[in-house]
Amino acid sequence: MSPDTDRADPGKPGTSTDRDLHELAVKQAALGQVRGAAAVDPVNVPMIRHWLDAMGDTNPVYLDQGIAPPAMAQVWTMQGVRRAAGQHSPVDDVMSALDAVGFTGVVATNCEQVYHRYARLGERLTSAIRFDDLAGPKRTALGEGYFATWTITWHAESGEAVAEMMFRVLKFRPPPRAVPREPYPLRPAVNRDTAFFWDGVRQGELRVQSCADCGELRHPPGPICPHCRSANRAYRIAGGEGTVYSYVVHHHPPVPGREPPFVVAVVALPEGVRIVGGIVDCPPEAVGIGMAVVVTYRQMDDELVLPMWAPREP
Amino acid sequence: MLRARAAIAGIGATDFSKDSGRSELRLAAEAVFAALDDAGLAPSEVDGMVTYTQDANQEIAVAREVGIGELSFFSRVEYGGGAACGTVAHAAMAVATGMADTVVCYRAFNERSGRRFGQPDARLGGQPSSQGLEMSWHVPYGLMTPAAWVAMFAQRYMHVYGATSEDFGRVAVAMRRHAATNPAAWFHGRPITLAEHQASRWIAEPLRLLDCCQESDGAVALVVTSAERARDLRRSAAVITAAAQGAGAGQMMMTSYYRDDMAGLPEMSVVGRRLWEMSGLTPADIQTAILYDHFTPFVLTQLEELGFCGRGEAAGYLQDGGIELDGRLPVNPHGGQLGEAYIHGMNGIAEAVRQIRGTSVNQVVGVANVLVTAGTGVPTSGLILSAP
Repeated sequence: MSPDTDRADPGKPGTSTDRDLHELAVKQAALGQVRGAAAVDPVNVPMIRHWLDAMGDTNPVYLDQGIAPPAMAQVWTMQGVRRAAGQHSPVDDVMSALDAVGFTGVVATNCEQVYHRYARLGERLTSAIRFDDLAGPKRTALGEGYFATWTITWHAESGEAVAEMMFRVLKFRPPPRAVPREPYPLRPAVNRDTAFFWDGVRQGELRVQSCADCGELRHPPGPICPHCRSANRAYRIAGGEGTVYSYVVHHHPPVPGREPPFVVAVVALPEGVRIVGGIVDCPPEAVGIGMAVVVTYRQMDDELVLPMWAPREP
Repeated sequence: MLRARAAIAGIGATDFSKDSGRSELRLAAEAVFAALDDAGLAPSEVDGMVTYTQDANQEIAVAREVGIGELSFFSRVEYGGGAACGTVAHAAMAVATGMADTVVCYRAFNERSGRRFGQPDARLGGQPSSQGLEMSWHVPYGLMTPAAWVAMFAQRYMHVYGATSEDFGRVAVAMRRHAATNPAAWFHGRPITLAEHQASRWIAEPLRLLDCCQESDGAVALVVTSAERARDLRRSAAVITAAAQGAGAGQMMMTSYYRDDMAGLPEMSVVGRRLWEMSGLTPADIQTAILYDHFTPFVLTQLEELGFCGRGEAAGYLQDGGIELDGRLPVNPHGGQLGEAYIHGMNGIAEAVRQIRGTSVNQVVGVANVLVTAGTGVPTSGLILSAP
């Protein structure tokens, strides 16, 4: 037996850790609104100007009347990258507890803001956080996790609420790193003369070698232009359309990595070269010489992408 | 000029099987012994050896095994079965130039019980050699067997000239008919009908199982010496009237898909032109031809490239038993590789010698000249052998 088998499963409803998490959440919620430190800077023109510029908001009302855009509420009390010691909210303990039992992933799921009034230039806001709720464990597409909800309220020096925000995150257990795909067994040899082609297909480009001096197109590529002897190589990105020039339907013997019957074709490109590739998204009996095809890129494993060809018209 | 300077004075072979039970080196040695005995020469008289680049038996290893002493000439010919007649061409050149007096050409393999060429090999595209890079444009898509490489040409040929699967089938029927009366053939006594060909399963459309040659274990060896010396040896010789190698422009190994119209074999055209030029002969002077038949469609293409018929006319040429023993040009009287054995074309050269000698089990009447070709779809080679 592995030593891990005795460990409590923190995500299982009713297990000790699940209970612990919910108990902690109830405790934190019972703290009610916990005030943080006042904002370092008062509501100010430079910050508003940057915000409006970044948002593309051309409304002159803010600077004309000395008021902050309400959506800026969070900005005024946002902690820096290096958070000061002692700034502690009731949410932090819940987050730490979730991290500690493996729910290390986080994604924001909801954000609702309510604006009570405009914040004015010179006001120094203070935020207060209330932990609302912990729901879970739930199964999600990201993995098993808990939804944690809290509310932040921004107060003016008078104590008057300016804005508030409900915020919810999913704290999830990241699934174990996906097992790398079985390597596709039919790998091309690649060297400095051909790497540009394979780099291209990884980026969704079908690159046809062209001579940088005389412009001659060539596929398969090579190191020297047979037309003008130039070693200056460039490439043109093909439009991705082609016509089946010839093809085979492979049945026997079995080929590693491919499921028979499969079709391989010589495809003539309008650019003037031919290229070999698989025909996909089409039953073998529907393939014929002259069929119009369009390139499609297939991820064969974690590294290899192959350009394949699909019928242009269904 | 090479014309008629050298001759094949001896031929030898092992049995043709699916599992020889012997090492490839032993097969090579057995075939070389048989060829030397046929010529009436002692191993010590051999001073040159030629084989295929793909042969696993080094010349010196075979020489040690057979008791051949010093060698003054050795060479290898590239490109799979395309090497077959090339080995004889190299030997003839060596003899004509004085590099060697007596050269043994051989091919030995356990192709069926050992490494099978028809099976996919994922390593084909793995090496950044020029050939590995060439294969890398095809192998990743699963286009990696000789049958599939040839099928790509065959599909285009059918499209351009209107040939059918039945036309290909007529080649298979002819080869199996010839093999049926050849006791050395694997398919001895087992002819097929066109209907059986049509009913055989797809390998790589448009090729069916019976369009593909068999796979064999075995070895064949040939002894080449000067035409003059050959006259004094034990058996009558086949004079090497012409020998040629050929690669086309834009040539690749089995996958020349990027040039011309894909409906021909330009490399065989090179070989054919050279053979006719060197020999001074024309297709009308050939009584029987040994055409490389690893896959049926290329037999049609060869008939056209060599000038036995016009482009696109081979299907008509094959009608009514045109390449059978009593046809207008008997092709592969031994049954070819489809019927006798797949020894990478070497067994066909031995049959050509028998036809010249008049000793074949399926002897064509009045043979003065035999044309022989080697592997198709690859850089290849050819011979015209003649009665002395």
